[in-house]
Amino acid sequence: MLILTCPCCGVSAEETEFAAGGEAHITRFGPGASDEEFRDYLFARENPKGVHFERWRHAYGCGKWFHAARCTVTLEVFGTYSAQTLEPPLAIRDAIAARRPGWTWGAAE
Amino acid sequence: MSDPISPLSGARFDGIAHIEEAGPAGMITLRGDLASKPVKSIAATVTGAKLPAQGQIVFGKTGAVAWMSPDELMLFCAYEAAPAGVELATASFGAAHGLAVDVSDARAKFRISGPAAREVMGKIFPIDFAPGQFEPGRFRRSRMGQIAAAVWMEADGSFGIICFRSVAEYAFALLNESALPGSAVGIY
Ligand SMILES: [Zn+2]
Repeated sequence: MLILTCPCCGVSAEETEFAAGGEAHITRFGPGASDEEFRDYLFARENPKGVHFERWRHAYGCGKWFHAARCTVTLEVFGTYSAQTLEPPLAIRDAIAARRPGWTWGAAE
Repeated sequence: MSDPISPLSGARFDGIAHIEEAGPAGMITLRGDLASKPVKSIAATVTGAKLPAQGQIVFGKTGAVAWMSPDELMLFCAYEAAPAGVELATASFGAAHGLAVDVSDARAKFRISGPAAREVMGKIFPIDFAPGQFEPGRFRRSRMGQIAAAVWMEADGSFGIICFRSVAEYAFALLNESALPGSAVGIY
């Protein structure tokens, strides 16, 4: 079971209280994006076996979107953070590196 | 004017806990900057209560204020007082960004009381209702069975629940099922 802590209302709840929103930190190119860039924005996803960044919505709670960093293999949650950010904050990256030595942001991508 | 009709006309059930549809209740959704002056004064005027901290409900002389999200409160008041509360709120906001809506007729409200109330709640919410974990003043939005619901604890240890009016029958049936005589698990 996946337990997430919503950074918007402070509630820790199991996953049935949330709605998954796919990969986080997707960049939309433009204006003037090429067909390939727009295709990748819509469809190209990481799908890693390991550290992953995701969007979640606290659907049955405060209703807000937030981001979560977790491991897709062990379901370990490294942390949750504001959706109003372009990349994982330092505290989250440090938490991941502490549990997955050698991991750095951007290296797996 | 016609009489207000609550979703289940005050339906009751007695099992290992006492289940009660609360009848007509005033509810105002208030959205805006919770740190702003208008929000504080609107909540205080309508309910007589101060603003709650995150995840809390505060009770006042004429109602209660519940923390719904970082930009939303629920004001509880008398059913008849809700329209005036919305008028006051809209006037108080002035040019400030804010929203007040009378949702009294769009919600159902329940009260669950009795010694096994924690257990009846624990069976249908994914929430830890253990003493010390969930105490008077706590307010939490979650789900009961398959519907969205908000739950809180009153000063006397009873629980309050609000959900959408359209699913009031489901909520009542679910609560009754959870409170069936002889269904105590004895966990709390
Ligand atoms: Zn939340």
